[in-house]
Amino acid sequence: MSRPRLRIVLAEDAVLLREGLIELLGRFGHQVVAAVDDAEGLLTAVDETRPDVVVTDVRMPPGFTDEGLQAAVALRDRYSEVGILVLTQYVATAYAFELLESGVRCGGGLGYMLKDRVGAVTEFIGAVERIADGGTVIDPDVVRQLLRRQQKNHPVDRLTLREREVLALMAEGRNNAAIAAELGVSQAAVAKNIGNVFVKLNLSEASGHRRVLAVLSYLRR
Amino acid sequence: MNDVPTNAWEAMARGPRRFLGSSWPWRSWGYVASGALLALPMLLLNTWLSGHDAVSVYVMTGVGLLLVNVVIAIPLAAVERRRLRLVDREPVHSPHPCLSGTGVQHWLWTRLREAATWREFSYAVAFTIVLPFIDLGVMVLVAVLLYIPVAPLAELFLDTGSLKFGLPITSVTGKILAALASVALVPPVAYLISVVAAGQAEFARMLLGPKGVELSSQVHELTRSRTRLVDAFEAERRRIERDLHDGAQQRLVTLIMTLGVAELELAAADGEGPRLVGTARREAEGVLAELRELIRGIHPQVLTDRGIVEAVMELADRCPIPVSVDITLSERLKPGIEAVAYFAVSEALANVVKHSQAERVRVAGRRDGDRLALTISDDGVGGADPTAGSGLQGLADRVAVVGGRLTLISPYGGPTHLLVELPCHALGSG
Repeated sequence: MSRPRLRIVLAEDAVLLREGLIELLGRFGHQVVAAVDDAEGLLTAVDETRPDVVVTDVRMPPGFTDEGLQAAVALRDRYSEVGILVLTQYVATAYAFELLESGVRCGGGLGYMLKDRVGAVTEFIGAVERIADGGTVIDPDVVRQLLRRQQKNHPVDRLTLREREVLALMAEGRNNAAIAAELGVSQAAVAKNIGNVFVKLNLSEASGHRRVLAVLSYLRR
Repeated sequence: MNDVPTNAWEAMARGPRRFLGSSWPWRSWGYVASGALLALPMLLLNTWLSGHDAVSVYVMTGVGLLLVNVVIAIPLAAVERRRLRLVDREPVHSPHPCLSGTGVQHWLWTRLREAATWREFSYAVAFTIVLPFIDLGVMVLVAVLLYIPVAPLAELFLDTGSLKFGLPITSVTGKILAALASVALVPPVAYLISVVAAGQAEFARMLLGPKGVELSSQVHELTRSRTRLVDAFEAERRRIERDLHDGAQQRLVTLIMTLGVAELELAAADGEGPRLVGTARREAEGVLAELRELIRGIHPQVLTDRGIVEAVMELADRCPIPVSVDITLSERLKPGIEAVAYFAVSEALANVVKHSQAERVRVAGRRDGDRLALTISDDGVGGADPTAGSGLQGLADRVAVVGGRLTLISPYGGPTHLLVELPCHALGSG
């Protein structure tokens, strides 16, 4: 492993899964500096340990609704540099939006994924690392759902098919090299496509994190 | 009228052949005969009374009878409502509302003030003084009617003593013919008994069943209990969803993760091992995905967390036909209403996908006073038939339980509009 060891705070109320995740992350050379089982504990742990990445469940004690998600949004405001991966049993675009909107304001990485994805071990670890690097990773299920969302006169509809493909891969947190490899085109072509996307979506350098904004705009349509 | 008759009148209306072949004449006979039984003690009482000629005894007996009737009115009515089932399949419900408290005093005080109790009392009086004698009279009349033609023949074999009905038939053939003629009397007798039984049944129903306000209070109670049932059902759905989430789902995720790690460990190994573990993991992922779909059908989390608008957006996202959603709601609704609204849209979209061949669907929602009007419109082939499957009927039932209304407009050739109106008191406004 060439990459530096990540310091991770884990929030998950199912004991077996929590232990399993600690072991899994450890296997790839990352360290879980704190493992907690509720949102309250998560906020405290992050205050104390200042990790690189937070991995959190959505539904946790005491209310078992969306405590993890709320904690994630709160953490975005407090520590913009901390990457956050929200794991869930149940993806819903409504939650994805709330999370992504908090992502626009700052640079830290962000992820929203089904828990199932932990089975594809290397991809899962890859996602955690991309988030640590400031990337955005959205579960393919959410992306697929949003592809179906129909609204007229949306800027995203002005994109070409290839530009939309590029944007979809961006939403999954791929960098230009990965997108180029996936689509079988040159990196320069990908960069050009992305440039077109930014223009068509009216995103200037001054708008902020353009990749996140583009993805957000894509997801919102 | 092919249906099973519910009372003796209906049975008689079905024509003599079907009526006489049915159990109804026998049921009627049973009803009248059991009613006549009470006449025997009353006759004994009468005999005893005739031994006294003091007026005071008569008065005392009369007053005593009335008092007894006051005491037995309510239990007697309960028994009579049951006996009525002999000749009336449609049950007569007790007119007394359920008591809010306990204790003999409370019971007595409540019941004495109820009109139903006094109707039952008047029935009890009729039941002890008039009805048994009518019944007895009819029974005797029937016995005599049937016996007369048989009598000349019977006299040949039996010593009938003083029971002579004076039919002047002397030849044996004549006697046999007369006896056979009694068979012809059976149908009119069956009708006679049934008419008496049906008339009494109607009288009993009139006095023993709930009336006016009592009936509407029963409907009210029924509506409330139905609502409670639906609420309990809804709570149960949430509990099942929570149990599955905390139990099976988490364990499956752990299993998938373990299999993923095993796959990684075995990556360099020879043989079938790695492939098999990979297959096992994908199997487990499939199971988890199926479980998630199941839970979504039971009670989706986004509905609990974010309310109906987001939940419908979610349904729209998952629908294979493009759906545009336009619902304006400023606040959350009661959980029960949200659940019904969600399942209405869910069921409607499922129907559109299955039957309509539509290319576009629109889900619109507006709050109109204290009603939420949801419209699901598609540009499909129309001709939706609510009686065809259980889906629309079930939906209509769910909507009706919360006091809502479902309207389907679906001409052949389309388009189809499904309008669901639900009472919507916002959360917190009661």
